[in-house]
Parts: sequence; C-alpha cells; structure tokens
Amino acid sequence: MILLRKFYYGDYGESKLGSSSDNETSSSPSGAGGEWPLWEVFIRSKQGLDHKHAGSLHAVDAAMAIENARDVYTRRMEGVSIWVVESKHIHASNPDDAGALYDPANDKAYRHPTFYNLPDAVKHM
Amino acid sequence: METNQETIFQDKVDHEIKIEPKDWMPEKYRQTLIRQISQHAHSEIVGMLPEGNWITRAPSLRRKAILIAKVQDEAGHGLYLYSAAETLGISRDEMYDQLHTGKAKYSSIFNYPTLTWADIGAIGWLVDGAAILNQIPLCRTSFGPYARAMVRVCKEESFHQRQGFELLLTLSQGTDAQKQMCQDAINRWWWPSIMMFGPNDDASPHTAQSMKWKIKRFTNDELRQKFIDMIAEQVKVLNMRLPDADLKWNEERKHYDFGKINWEEFWQVVGGNGPCNKQRLDARKKAWADGAWVREAATAYAEKKASLNPSKGGTSETV
Repeated sequence: MILLRKFYYGDYGESKLGSSSDNETSSSPSGAGGEWPLWEVFIRSKQGLDHKHAGSLHAVDAAMAIENARDVYTRRMEGVSIWVVESKHIHASNPDDAGALYDPANDKAYRHPTFYNLPDAVKHM
Repeated sequence: METNQETIFQDKVDHEIKIEPKDWMPEKYRQTLIRQISQHAHSEIVGMLPEGNWITRAPSLRRKAILIAKVQDEAGHGLYLYSAAETLGISRDEMYDQLHTGKAKYSSIFNYPTLTWADIGAIGWLVDGAAILNQIPLCRTSFGPYARAMVRVCKEESFHQRQGFELLLTLSQGTDAQKQMCQDAINRWWWPSIMMFGPNDDASPHTAQSMKWKIKRFTNDELRQKFIDMIAEQVKVLNMRLPDADLKWNEERKHYDFGKINWEEFWQVVGGNGPCNKQRLDARKKAWADGAWVREAATAYAEKKASLNPSKGGTSETV
C-alpha cells in the first residue's frame, strides 16, 4: 500500500494535529435533517450561443437555484440566461460503454468532406 | 482486473486525458483529491473571515466596494470547489462536519489576525499572490471538475492580487504613518506567506505518487522560490523591504537566496496554536449553527409550495 504524505496548499494531512482537541463528531452534521438538493447550472454566455454546463449548487427549489446560480456563476457578465436542473434528473451514458459507443465512428472517415478528392477545377464545393 | 483498470487509468493520465467523476480511479486517488479539494474549499471559506473583519471600516466607498466584491469571490471559489469535491462522492455536509470538528484543515495563513487596514493590502498582494502560483498549475490537474473549477478561480484571482498591491502602493506614497503601516503589514505577512507553499520537499517523501497522478505538477520548494523571486522585485516598486536579512540575489543560481523558515511556528499554527485558530473555527461553527433555522425554513417552504402546486413543482419559467 502506498502511503501518501505529500503536502498541498491548504492541506496538512489528517494527522492528529486537529485544531479542535475534543472529538465531538456529531452524527447529524446539518442538524436540519438533510441537505438541500443538488442542481446543475447551465449558462448562455450571450444571445445566439448554447447554454453550457457551468457547475452545480444546492438549493431548495428552482427559483432559489437560479438566484444562487446568478450569484455564484455570473458575477462578471458570464451569462445572459441560466438553466437549472436538479442533478437527479440527469441521465448520463456509462463511461465503460465509451469504446462501444464512440469508437465505431473512428473508421468512418467517409463521413467527412475531406475524404473526397476532387479536381482543382471544381470550384465552390 | 484491478491492475488492468489501473493501467488504463495511468495511461490516460500520462496522455493528459482528464479523469472525470464516473471514470474508474484508484481509491487512493479519490481520497487524495477529496482531501485536497475540500481543504482548498475550506481555505476559501475561512479566508473570508480575516478580510470580512475590515469591510465596515474600509477607508472609502471605493475600497469598501472592492473588498466586498473580493470577499464574495472567495465565497464563490469555496462553492466551486465544494461542488468539484462532491462529484467524488462526499456530501457537502460531511465536508462541513470535517471542518467543524477539526478533522479537515484549511490554509494556516488564515489563522493570523488582520490588525490594520494595510493587512488587507498585504493579503491581496502576498497571500493571494502565493495562492495564484499554487493554483495556476492546478488548472491542468488530472481531475476534470477540479481543473475546471480552478480555471474559474484563477480568472477571478488576479484582481485580488492587483487590488492588494494598489492598496499598498497608495499607502506607500502617503504620510509617514501610512508608510509605516504598510511596512508593518509586510513584516507580519511575509513569513507566513512563504510558509503557505508547505514544508520543504525533503520533508515530504511521497511526492512521486502525486506527480505521477498529475494532481500536482511542481514541488513546494519550486513554487516558493518562484514566489520569492517575484515578490523581491515587486517590493522595490513599493519602496518597502521584506523582513529577511538574508534575502539577496544569487547570480549563480539566478534566484534570490533567502533566510531560514521557522517551521516550528508553521507546525504550531497547523496544530491549532496560531493566533486565531480558535476564533476562526468558532466563527464557522457559529455561522453554521445560526443558519440552521434558515435551512429548515427554506426546506419547509419549498415542500409546502410543491404540495400546493405539484404540477409546477416550484419551477419558474419555461425554456
């Protein structure tokens, strides 16, 4: 087993050097019965462009998610429109299937225009 | 099977293909990242405290607006990073809990007090300056969500450093008392700032694994030297000096030599005995406890609204 003891910025390992000497680990850290749901945030950076994934945040409902997204992800005019969707509603392809799903496109060069050699005399094509 | 997965993983890392949350990764890689990213997030959040201390006492409306914007950025950076860590399977509440119980650390620099207004400048110039040097290579770190968060952080961080330098520059051109305040802040923040890069390389014998995983790309000492070379020149513009009698240009090395770092102090502060450790942690715990009723009320409100109008589910506009 490899023992990692490299120190990073803001990272001094998990030694017993804890700044609170007492070990008061509460079982219910929130004390409020669970976290707010997680939302994914998509931002349109300007009119005419697609919304693009920007990150995620916690909020109780869509309205709060949009308000929070505005503060967290658009403090410097990064966007003109925000989409939010609760993370649990996102369905994703399985990375293990990546080979089967995407590799077959590799040997179909004929789908690209550069596959075809035409005489120079042909213009505007 | 395990070895095969590990080979594929390492192969991706070697070819600079980012690792994404759902990809297979060694358990130790996941744990290392959770620890590093969450502690980085905690640093951003706790980092708001020393600066927040001066918002109400900023000397002008301009400076106040700048400081509020900066502190808000730090909150944002903490949130980007918490989200990145959550993709690895740890919950936000678990991370808060680790911070509040002292299991997780944050950057020790924030355990020093901000005694004068000049400290706000010194934090921007030195502390954020050091942080930027650490963060730029992290934009290329092997874990996708962390790298993307760091790109956003770095874009915003450069204003932080520049406003700090500008603040000190203004003081350095002021009255004798202002100049003195400026020098005093530099004196107090210099050594803790260069400690931010962490222990010497020979005190951390397992660099190899993290370098191999491309979580980290430069060693602590490499980054520290780069920082010192940079600041030793910038301080001349301020007409101030760094509090190190041994600091001088080494023509042979093409770097600045510098004095011995007091690692005893560093480990004392990491261990909880810095000037403000207790105060910082108490402030975070109090904020969390005081916010409990808000979290509960918001949840109750959302539930009630959803039950009154289940079809809309609380959503606002359509696309």
